[in-house]
Amino acid sequence: MNQISDKKIFEVPLYSYERSPDQDADAPVRRKVVVIGAGPIGLGAAIDLAQQGVEVVVLDDNDKVSFGSRAICFAKRPLEILDRLGCGHEMVAKGVEWQLGKVFFDERQVYEFNLLPEKGHEFPAFINLQQYYFEEYMVNRVRAMQAQGAPIEIRGRNKVLRVTDTGDHVSLLIDTPEGEYKLEADWLIACDGAGSPTRAMMGLDFVGRVFEDNFLIADVIMEADFPTERWFWFDPPFNRGQSALLHKQPDGVWRIDLQLGWDIDKEEEKKPENVIPRLKAMLGEDVKFELEWVSIYTFQCRRMEKFRHGRVIFAGDSAHQVSPFGARGANSGLQDTDNLGWKLKLVMDGIAPDSLLDSYDVERVHGADENILNSSRSTDFITPKSEMSRVLRDAVLDLSEHYAFARPLVNSGRLSVPCTYDGSPLNTPDALPGGPARSRPGSPCADAPMGDGYLLPHLGDRFTLLTIGAEAPDSLEAEGLSIQRLALDATPEVRERYLGDAASAVYLIRPDQHVAARWPAYDAVAVETALKRAIGKE
Amino acid sequence: MSNLILTPNIPGADDFYAELLATHEGLSKAESDALNARLVLVLANHIGDRAVLSDALKAAALSKEDAA
Ligand SMILES: Cc1cc2nc3c(=O)[nH]c(=O)nc-3n(C[C@H](O)[C@H](O)[C@H](O)COP(=O)(O)OP(=O)(O)OC[C@H]3O[C@@H](n4cnc5c(N)ncnc54)[C@H](O)[C@@H]3O)c2cc1C
Repeated sequence: MNQISDKKIFEVPLYSYERSPDQDADAPVRRKVVVIGAGPIGLGAAIDLAQQGVEVVVLDDNDKVSFGSRAICFAKRPLEILDRLGCGHEMVAKGVEWQLGKVFFDERQVYEFNLLPEKGHEFPAFINLQQYYFEEYMVNRVRAMQAQGAPIEIRGRNKVLRVTDTGDHVSLLIDTPEGEYKLEADWLIACDGAGSPTRAMMGLDFVGRVFEDNFLIADVIMEADFPTERWFWFDPPFNRGQSALLHKQPDGVWRIDLQLGWDIDKEEEKKPENVIPRLKAMLGEDVKFELEWVSIYTFQCRRMEKFRHGRVIFAGDSAHQVSPFGARGANSGLQDTDNLGWKLKLVMDGIAPDSLLDSYDVERVHGADENILNSSRSTDFITPKSEMSRVLRDAVLDLSEHYAFARPLVNSGRLSVPCTYDGSPLNTPDALPGGPARSRPGSPCADAPMGDGYLLPHLGDRFTLLTIGAEAPDSLEAEGLSIQRLALDATPEVRERYLGDAASAVYLIRPDQHVAARWPAYDAVAVETALKRAIGKE
Repeated sequence: MSNLILTPNIPGADDFYAELLATHEGLSKAESDALNARLVLVLANHIGDRAVLSDALKAAALSKEDAA
């Protein structure tokens, strides 16, 4: 636990400023893709593109990982995406897995739950991991790719001052410790966070709801033997009228959220002399702990009206912001880049029309709306907005102590699940009678055991034809793409997740592991038509 | 329209009503509000049919368009 004595990981530069030859060029150098922001989403976008051989430069005005701890809870889908990006296993190895939770109301425990994750998946339902580790592992992945010659670069202390979309390219003005320089990009991905300067520079909107509430978020290091569970309190004696959360992270670090209400003095509340008594009241007088990080947040749920603006594409918090109940920020941002990477590559290669990028907008706006809806509902449960909503909320909690029926109504955050792109223009209408709803067109593929390993690592990065009990060519060329077939045995998991009542199935899977189309049998014309549709050619 | 019943359906209506009042007897306004809220949730769960519940909410709101 060198974090206590030595410098903390978020205090050490991870991508120090280095002069780039681009700064000495006579005319601005043109790059294929520039990403603004080396947060989890910018790094995700960059790794995805570089893995596909696309040249990408990441600019960040800072040179360190996320300051303090923000995100801690990462769900299965982002871990699967990270696995495709080559750093999922490191996260799981370091992260804390959990599935037990307890809910307290007033002075008593009202119930406990076990998430009982479905079996037959390579990745756990959730892990807890400090955002700074998350980012560090992604930077490590970038370094490993660089060592293998991948066209990826991170430029620390490069602050973007101006962004202009000329229609033909984007031009950028960048400030560094050694002065300003200009750079051009065919495409710009703005992952510059909730306060996105790019959004502001382009005069774009960011509308939604501010929740009139404040939360004290503290990470404490303690040697206490609290179990690895998620504890959530409504109206506890140590924080009357408000809520509280206790959750474990690696290295003996615990995340504590304390709701503070609206009319508070943030600077006062943040002072250790005010924080420590609050934490003692919660943890017990004799529990020894050290503060790693304290901050006060007001949560918001907002999004841009459109995420794509010509050659500038927004992803992550710059495009949408949610309150953290349900861990949807970084989780959904990675689903953005998962959706964007392959589309941008196909457009850059001239295989797909530019309009394919508009489907990024449609699909991810849909995802953002789903997340905002869920986060808003959790916030409304945790912070009732009227006297009667409090009466109903308390009624749910009181009943939950006695009757199982009320427990699903308790909402302290609905944990992030991936979005199904229902209604996407890229989907081909479902043509598999009896097929399970969970793998209808638009769905992310559910993992399943396969041989000695798992299914998902065999999918992704390209289009795949998945067959179960059906004949199909081993590979086919169409629309400038080559598609490989993957034949699956009808194991019980595959049957449940992909066959349902059907006797056989053929699935067309997108490079982001989402289902584009499905049928009972292979039909060359149908597959080609669906493929055209999935790359925006229809 | 779902099959929400809005015609007399409780045998011994007077008895039921008396029992409802008795359950609230001696409670403060706040305790009664809480009891009503719990009762709504218990009944809603018993019904369990989303369409019936939506229609019941509308019926209880006495909004003009939905008045029978
Ligand atoms: C208390 C709290 C708890 C949370 N818990 C969770 C959770 O459990 N799970 C989850 O999934 N999410 C959670 N989140 C949300 C998560 O932290 C964010 O969604 C995530 O960090 C967004 O990543 P990003 O890369 O889009 O933006 P950021 O992480 O904000 O990164 C933006 C980057 O852009 C850089 N930048 C900004 N302006 C410029 C400029 N002009 N030039 C160059 N670079 C620039 C910044 O330096 C920064 O590095 C939580 C957030 C908070 C506050």
